[in-house]
Amino acid sequence: MLRTNLGVVALLAVVSSAILSADERSDARAQVDFGIEVARRGLWKEAIYRWERAIDLDSTYAAAWNNLAIGFEREGRLGEALEAYENALDLEPNNLTIEQNYDLFLEMNDRVSQNSR
Amino acid sequence: MTVLAKTLVSAGTVALLVGCTSIHNVTIETPLTPKLDISKFQRVLIAGFVSGGTDDVDANQETARLLRSQLRRNSDLQVIDSDVLPLLGISADQGGGPEPDSASQPSGSAPDEVALRETNNDDLSDTGDQMTEEDLETYETIFANIGFWRDLGEEYQDPLILTGTVYFSPHSRSGMVTREREVYDSFGRRRTVPIRTYRDRRGFVLSPKFIFIDGATGATVYTERHREEILYDVSQNTPALSSYFELMDRLLPSVLGAFSTQSITGSRTLLR
Repeated sequence: MLRTNLGVVALLAVVSSAILSADERSDARAQVDFGIEVARRGLWKEAIYRWERAIDLDSTYAAAWNNLAIGFEREGRLGEALEAYENALDLEPNNLTIEQNYDLFLEMNDRVSQNSR
Repeated sequence: MTVLAKTLVSAGTVALLVGCTSIHNVTIETPLTPKLDISKFQRVLIAGFVSGGTDDVDANQETARLLRSQLRRNSDLQVIDSDVLPLLGISADQGGGPEPDSASQPSGSAPDEVALRETNNDDLSDTGDQMTEEDLETYETIFANIGFWRDLGEEYQDPLILTGTVYFSPHSRSGMVTREREVYDSFGRRRTVPIRTYRDRRGFVLSPKFIFIDGATGATVYTERHREEILYDVSQNTPALSSYFELMDRLLPSVLGAFSTQSITGSRTLLR
């Protein structure tokens, strides 16, 4: 009887953990979506906050890292943008969109370096 | 088409639509860090330049005129209207300039050493008595004269002062040049092949040094040096003034960049 109860508890723990994980992913996605909406309205600081929240909820969310990198770029925080792009590419190395954003960022970063010389 | 196939097509279409809407292009403007903090200045004085090189172009007047017109168009600072100072003469009066025995420089051309190596002939035979770049540098002592710049700044209510040196001189270069030549094969098809030929080219070199001085203190706050050259075939006869403007066009964006916060515009893709 005790063994059965323990089995049920373990199963519940696994299921609830999966539910929690799915919830977190869903919440992270909601934050990313909201971030996109506010970014398109020009509220980039709010967008950055939302994408950071998304990453807090799910640090393996490559799209959130990609968007955060773009937000940092927009704010001129180029060091943080580079780091965020690298995280996004580490998570999804074959994502062509992230790769393209990253290439454009590097090109822009070169021009900034030339300007400050 | 079976029900299953229709369902699959519909599902595929929906998936495609969802896929399409999960990408959002945005335009971003990344601010460039300004080279110089000009927030404390409302006005800029283009004082003049210590200039030398060819007599065909008055580099002092032309540079001052060009920068004034560009800054009126591209900067929020008020450009002060004033006479352009003859800084070369002022510097000489203050003791600047070359030592009497080092004023004449030997010609540096070496026609025997051509082969594959390029040779520079900065001292052209017909302009042998003109001031060299090294001579011009000896007049730069004026920029260290804080009292002179502070007095000038006081006269114009402490503006940002833009001054410096401008060396603009004829220049020639000989050496191997790669050109493309048209050839036709046995079928009459046209193609181009690179050929290397030895060529003499003449043109100009522009070597300005822009110095930004705080009119309130007389101290230099920022310095920017450039060097540009342009070469033409010896058969071409390009006026000196035209070459001067062509060379200035290349470096103006960088100089104007010191006056304003610039940004780079680009497109990025946000992901869901």
